[in-house]
Amino acid sequence: MKIIIAGDGKVGSTLAKQLSAEGYDLTLIDAKSKVLEMSEERYDVMAVQGNCATMEVLDNAKVKESDLLIAVTNADEVNLLCCLLAHGMNPKIHTIARVRNPEYTKQVYDMRGLFGISMVINPEGSAALEIERLIKYPGFLKRDTFAKGRVEIVELRIESSSKLCNLTLNDLESVIKCNILVCAVLREGKAIAPNGFFTLKENDRIFVTASPQNLTILLKNLGIITHKAKQVMICGGGRVSYYLAKALIGSGIAVKIIESDKDRCVQIATLLPEADIIHGDASNEFLLESEGIAKCDVLVTLTGVDEMNTMISLYGHSCSVPQIITKIGRMENSTLLNSLPIGSIISPKSLCSNAIVRYVRALRNQAGAARAIHYIADGQAEAIEFLVDENTLHCGEPLKQLHIKKNVLVASITSGFRQTIIPNGDSVFEKGNTVLIVTSAKQVIYSLNDIFE
Amino acid sequence: MNYKMMGKFISRILLVEAVFMIPALLISIFNNEIKSVAGFGFSMLITLLLAGILMLFCNHCSKAFYAREGLVCVGISWIVMSLLGCLPFFISGEIPNLMDALFETVSGFTTTGATILGEVEKMSRGCLYWRSFTHWLGGMGVLVFVLAIASGGDSKSGFTMHLLRAESPGPKVGKLVPKMKTTAEILYAIYIILTILNILFLLLGKMPLFDAVCTAFGTAGTGGFGVKNDSIAGYSPYLQNVCTVFMLLFGVNFSCYYMLLIRQFKSVWKDEELRFYLGAVFVSVLMIAWNIRGLYGTIGETLRHAAFQVASIVTTTGFATTDFDLWPALSKMILLTLMLVGASAGSTGGGFKFARLLLILKSIRRNIRQVLQPQKIQVVRVNGQPVDEKILENTNAYLAIYVIIIVVSCIFVAIDGFSMTTNISAVIACFNNVGPGFEAVGATCNFAGFGYFSKLVLIMDMLAGRLEIFPILILFSGAAWRHK
Repeated sequence: MKIIIAGDGKVGSTLAKQLSAEGYDLTLIDAKSKVLEMSEERYDVMAVQGNCATMEVLDNAKVKESDLLIAVTNADEVNLLCCLLAHGMNPKIHTIARVRNPEYTKQVYDMRGLFGISMVINPEGSAALEIERLIKYPGFLKRDTFAKGRVEIVELRIESSSKLCNLTLNDLESVIKCNILVCAVLREGKAIAPNGFFTLKENDRIFVTASPQNLTILLKNLGIITHKAKQVMICGGGRVSYYLAKALIGSGIAVKIIESDKDRCVQIATLLPEADIIHGDASNEFLLESEGIAKCDVLVTLTGVDEMNTMISLYGHSCSVPQIITKIGRMENSTLLNSLPIGSIISPKSLCSNAIVRYVRALRNQAGAARAIHYIADGQAEAIEFLVDENTLHCGEPLKQLHIKKNVLVASITSGFRQTIIPNGDSVFEKGNTVLIVTSAKQVIYSLNDIFE
Repeated sequence: MNYKMMGKFISRILLVEAVFMIPALLISIFNNEIKSVAGFGFSMLITLLLAGILMLFCNHCSKAFYAREGLVCVGISWIVMSLLGCLPFFISGEIPNLMDALFETVSGFTTTGATILGEVEKMSRGCLYWRSFTHWLGGMGVLVFVLAIASGGDSKSGFTMHLLRAESPGPKVGKLVPKMKTTAEILYAIYIILTILNILFLLLGKMPLFDAVCTAFGTAGTGGFGVKNDSIAGYSPYLQNVCTVFMLLFGVNFSCYYMLLIRQFKSVWKDEELRFYLGAVFVSVLMIAWNIRGLYGTIGETLRHAAFQVASIVTTTGFATTDFDLWPALSKMILLTLMLVGASAGSTGGGFKFARLLLILKSIRRNIRQVLQPQKIQVVRVNGQPVDEKILENTNAYLAIYVIIIVVSCIFVAIDGFSMTTNISAVIACFNNVGPGFEAVGATCNFAGFGYFSKLVLIMDMLAGRLEIFPILILFSGAAWRHK
């Protein structure tokens, strides 16, 4: 499949990395030759230098023979124009545009029809959605839902006081008294596929699959208190803050936003009359204290500078804020970040590229394609949801008789009527079931049949 | 430095080399050349053994592979390949001196065509075939071949770009299609098709099959090893003209052929380097034909010799139909200049490349205008596209190193006491991968007279010329080997 990526920025190069590893023919377009040179050296891609919203450059990038165009430059108008031109030059092409301006996102659905755009992606919007979910369901570092909400993968950190600490996985069920599956463990930056004799240690981050009911039991038995957030403090008044504040206010949570730019303060104050907008420097500890950081339930750091977000979150931790969420733009140094008590980490860039990768895979194999893909364990493992259809092999055979590839785990099977089951050796899957697979991210699984040897 | 990864890569190259020795072995068996059979048999064994050992030791390696590893890897690969490639000549006793055998092989792989043999026709057929085949393999590059055919799962990462950059000639190396592997495949497909066409046209002129294949290999790689003592002179005028045309074809940037294939005729027609190259050939032919008028019987013959020699020298092939050492000074000077320039970027030819000369001339023009109008901002353009300042800088630096290497090599070679013309033309002919020079290394003579040290210097020159200096130069730089 031939794919053009217009804009070789943060998202563009992340996409180039993931998609070139999956063997697609990639062409990158960017106005700056320096970034293109870097990408060309790192990944197996072709580079075209120029403005992606001109027909000449699109023609050089062979838009007429391409199957998909992903426009992720930093300008919404350029992205839209680029998709529009590409669609005009090649009516069969699929187009994905990144649109970030809230004024445009309102009209996304109409634009999709008018411009023939297949998918409009708003990284800030999806980041805000993710943060909202974290605030509403606290206790987990990260939470992904599959099978229309009937299965979830959550990430937990093992504290030294936890019941799970120093526990062998075989004894897990007797301690927490419910059926869950630990599908991956992240220890010191390395993802491990655990077996029954694996012992959990302090500071491990574990990825647990279970149905929502069992998760509730897990939470209760582990003594993680689920409190409802009432007061949220947001540092930084960018787009994510706006989307997030709007959603939180809608569900009755009080929001306080600290922003250093006066004009922006006025702007969001106009847009969000219910929110408290504070004009000031969020890295000023005195200001944070006087605005009541000690009393708020959730601290969300969303300034444009990663270092600043990390520092403010660390300060929030020292003021014992119950829940902290930190936005990080560059994930390269995430091994280090995970050792810091800065709560859950949100990266709009990887949320955006994950969504696009999911779309690309669906496009590649529309019949047996994954219905959802989530990267877990710092992108070292992925959880993929498949629907079992008539083409799937080995239907109705017990799992223990199947030869499944190494590092592939069947994490759950959901059927239409029964509950979600966490499979054991005797479990079977049948047509119409939804199967959740957890695998190492290096392994490329396009369809359910790929998991068999 | 990731030695294991490099070892793994070199083991693959050795494997490819051993496989390519099979046809030579078969030809030797077919012709009952017992010594050559032994030579190729033992060489293949040694090569396979070495590849096996390397593979065993370098099985588990990290994937860290950067520009530095790429450059060093290319340099070492070519040296190792030449060291093993010379074994058949040495073991079979065809070239009893190891240094001579190495010189001949390096000259083959780098598509130079400089020989130390006085009597080519005495050589066994198997060895003759292998000698010409090294041209063909070296012309497009062995690493490119490994990328195209034998590359494993690592082709997905971009590091292969470093290898292509290091092995393919020209100031700016790009891909034809997004995937490295496909690009390498396309290049080799064009190369193979052109070679087959060349063989067919030679066969049409009633050239024996063996001669046709060897001559086509020499032409395709722009090498210049022939199978006859008098190079191409003994063949009919038709065959000489076929050689002229194909030499010129192999001196064209291969991306032009790809453009023709995807029907972008306009961009080929407008290509400045192609126009410059063909223009230079045309003017040179006319000037030389005028200069050597009267030396040959008819105008047709004069033009044929002039065209053949210009094509042979400009593409750095080095075939000869006549002893151009006897031509007047102007003709010799034109040929010497063409030797320095060489063929187009992205072709199989050597030399400084027309693309670089074009950039240098354009930046000189800019500098002159700058003096007249200091305030004016000027952008150097090639084919309508602005050229990055960094590329201009690199090209200027390349010119400087190019001149320095020629001067230093001339001083080293001068130790042997040959005449000035011999020394300078020998170095230029080797460094630009042409082959024959003037006087003692002229078209009818050979390099056997040089001493060991001079031969070693010339071997290094040939390798540096083929790989565009840096991959070889970097091997002598301490910074490349130091652990970080």
